[in-house]
Amino acid sequence: MAVLSPAKTKQNSEDEPAVKRSKGGLVGRLFHGLSAAAGLTILLTLAAVAGFLVLRAWPALTASPAELQEISWFRADSLLAYVGPLIFGTLLASVIALLVAVPLSVGIALFISHYAPRRLAQGLGYIIDLLAAIPSVVYGLWGALWLAPALNPIFEWMTSALGFIPLFAGYQPPAKNILTASIVLGVMILPIITAVAREVFLQTPRLHEEAALALGATRWEMVRMAVLPFGRSGLISASMLGLGRALGETMAVLMILSPGFLYSFFLLKPGQHQSIAANIAAKFPEASGLSVSALIATGLALFVITLAVNMFARWIISRRSEFSGAN
Amino acid sequence: MTTLPLTPTPAVPTGPGRGAASGTSGRTRLQRWVPWAVAGGSVVVAFLVLLVAATPTVASVVALAAVTYLVVLTVVSRVVEGPRWATDRLATTLVTFAFGIALIPLISLLWTVVSKGAKVFGPTFLNTNMVGVFGDMTEGGVYHAIVGTVLVTAAAAVISVPIGILTAIYLVEYGRGPMAKGITFLVDVMTGIPSIVAGLFAFSLFTLIFGPAYRAGIMGAVALSVLMTPVVIRSVEEMLRLVPNELREAAYALGVPKWLTIIKVVLRTAIAGIVTGVMLAVARVIGETAPLLLTVGIITKVNWDLFDGRMTTLPVYAYNQYSQGGAGVDRAWAAALTLILIVMLLNVVARLISKFFSPKASR
Amino acid sequence: MSKRIEVNDLFVYYGDFLAVEDVSMTIEARSVTALIGPSGCGKSTFLRTLNRMHEVIPGARVEGKAVMDGQNLYADDVDPVEVRRQVGMVFQRPNPFPTMSIAENVLAGVKLNNKRISKSDANDLVESSLQAANLWNEVKDRLGRPGSSLSGGQQQRLCIARAIAVRPDVLLMDEPCSALDPISTLAIEDLMSELKNDYTIVVVTHNMQQAARVSDRTAFFNIAGTGKPGKLIEMDDTSTMFSSPSQKATEDYISGRFG
Repeated sequence: MAVLSPAKTKQNSEDEPAVKRSKGGLVGRLFHGLSAAAGLTILLTLAAVAGFLVLRAWPALTASPAELQEISWFRADSLLAYVGPLIFGTLLASVIALLVAVPLSVGIALFISHYAPRRLAQGLGYIIDLLAAIPSVVYGLWGALWLAPALNPIFEWMTSALGFIPLFAGYQPPAKNILTASIVLGVMILPIITAVAREVFLQTPRLHEEAALALGATRWEMVRMAVLPFGRSGLISASMLGLGRALGETMAVLMILSPGFLYSFFLLKPGQHQSIAANIAAKFPEASGLSVSALIATGLALFVITLAVNMFARWIISRRSEFSGAN
Repeated sequence: MTTLPLTPTPAVPTGPGRGAASGTSGRTRLQRWVPWAVAGGSVVVAFLVLLVAATPTVASVVALAAVTYLVVLTVVSRVVEGPRWATDRLATTLVTFAFGIALIPLISLLWTVVSKGAKVFGPTFLNTNMVGVFGDMTEGGVYHAIVGTVLVTAAAAVISVPIGILTAIYLVEYGRGPMAKGITFLVDVMTGIPSIVAGLFAFSLFTLIFGPAYRAGIMGAVALSVLMTPVVIRSVEEMLRLVPNELREAAYALGVPKWLTIIKVVLRTAIAGIVTGVMLAVARVIGETAPLLLTVGIITKVNWDLFDGRMTTLPVYAYNQYSQGGAGVDRAWAAALTLILIVMLLNVVARLISKFFSPKASR
Repeated sequence: MSKRIEVNDLFVYYGDFLAVEDVSMTIEARSVTALIGPSGCGKSTFLRTLNRMHEVIPGARVEGKAVMDGQNLYADDVDPVEVRRQVGMVFQRPNPFPTMSIAENVLAGVKLNNKRISKSDANDLVESSLQAANLWNEVKDRLGRPGSSLSGGQQQRLCIARAIAVRPDVLLMDEPCSALDPISTLAIEDLMSELKNDYTIVVVTHNMQQAARVSDRTAFFNIAGTGKPGKLIEMDDTSTMFSSPSQKATEDYISGRFG
């Protein structure tokens, strides 16, 4: 009584074949096709980004120096000579940002993964993640109106005490120089690097850690023996991702840095550097015709640089990871 | 300078000496209260020194005290415990300081935005636009910018959420071989596109089709969706991979076709995580400034039409007001406060959704 | 109406790897057939070919025939989805849908397929399926609670109820008790002997006592070594297999000399 009898409910099973082709097959194939098509839009989008940039930059890429000279702000012999200092400024700002952010990130990630009490760790992680949630324009405001005045006495001391080193010579207030901008960039990429580093450190095999501790290692020795070597490649790729982000960041540089177009290592002097992204944002609203093309050409350069950095980072990650998917 | 913090050392029970050779567990360690005592001592010393040498401020006292603490604790530890433990303590201190240093920008940023933004922030600020505001007038608000931000971001979400979810489904459920690998790689590449390049792309695309003077909210939405889609794909992919394979198999074994299994079991199980991921992606692009600066521009009044004419968005508004200076700076701070509130709200709601609506694991 | 399955020269592959070699057997209707053998011998893999769940794994494929009621399950015009509706399956670990209540879990096969069902029919189906799975009395007052709120043994019976609610002809069970405690195991075993009055049951087990207790016929699979394909060594009535097997390997395995 309690047991169902399939025969009672499936009258038609007698006269039909045991199994038949289902009507759902078509919908299933459609759904498969739809999702594959969505995947293909990614390819199309990237191709479109590269294609349209090249298309719109083409007039500037092929223009003669004389034509380029007609652009009011164009004071270089060629497009290459124009974009050179911009690339230099972009790289300089990003590299300093990395120098600021990487050691801090490693420290923070270690603190969260191995030093802070277990119960607090997740909450502390959220706090650092908050830094990533703040919009770049707010960082710009903060950097220009809070950090620059706050750094003023430090920079004054640096230029008077360490001014014999060219890097720190010639500071002029307000602190609208590349070091301030780089520090803000460093803060902005801090959460990105920290998040990856934290994950990598947490993945250190417990056995390695316990083996180190069992040998009588102190916590620091354990970290140095087991955690840091394990996380090295992860850290490199995290730094690369941070670098990629810093290279393309616009607003913080635009709002803080007083621009200049020189190959200069005076970190504290204003009016020496400019980044590609900030330069585009500053000039684009008033640009038209060939000047738009010239700016888009610099954007193309930025695109290529960030692409290279990101691909390098992903390459390191893919060499390292042998994670398998759900299936 | 080291005299004050050193006073507690004689109180260490097993007395002085390295104890390095003392066998199994007889190593001399500092008592638990010693670091705290050193910390307190450092603050006092730093304050006194600065009182003599200069005027003490909170920042300078904390900075000097931190350095003093670092040096004194390491030296004390080296004398009492030996070099290995001194290095360990130094590392602990440095790691903790690193976290503390990261809090400086966070706290100062939030504090500045709140305190400076509060000056003009209020219902009127949220309810007015910038029509007829000029010179040193302190009136004006962000109503038009909020409308613009919501419209542009919503349009970006409408574009990228379906593409993102479908692509993630493809990658997790269908994708095999070179095509899936290629798409995964391209998604990674797309994550790295600088926001300003996305803006240039949208600008190029639309001005090529509709003429060089064309400006509309949809341009900004397309630019934002270029930035948002990879983020959506990544988080949805992660969520779909978290759905145990056993559930898919359970559905297949019931004679449910694959596409219905994906929609009714996989997506249904992961829905909370997906909503959270989408909201976090929205929170990420809602603060994007540079691409909107290039494409959507700025205007003083409300524009409800995504397909015609400039629109004001909150981040561009904040930048614009900042660069105009004067009374604009106050409005820039207030706009930043509005923006941060929106972003935080999105973050909090996203976390709550994932906390309360995700299915409890069966075991 | 329960059905009999005839398997002829079945080869199972994962990509290029041959996992199970040349299986031919007859699975009788209204009986319990047990598949036993050491770990990795391909008994679970073979079981999954009987409702074409095997091909869910990328790269997996099958050569040979499995004929149910005169219809080859692997014929070109057969939809695997349709096969699975007629050959139900219960897995090693209970896997109720976490987003569904107990009642919804039972109805999953109907609801997930977008079939319309009237409220009273649905209630009847829930009750009859849960009663068939000997779970009704334990859960009838909390049908709206999530399926994951039940104990492991109850969850497994819920999964059985879910499988039989689709009215299959054959029920495959892949080590259904290996994640359960002894008392829950006993409940499932009792259930199996009740269910065999209406269903063809195939059960994979690594517990030989269980095979001896519940099955009418037993098939022994073995593997020559790692990387080699699994093979069907012999198949016979359970009593014969456990008292006087014809193959030395079977006797060794049953008497506990390896595996």
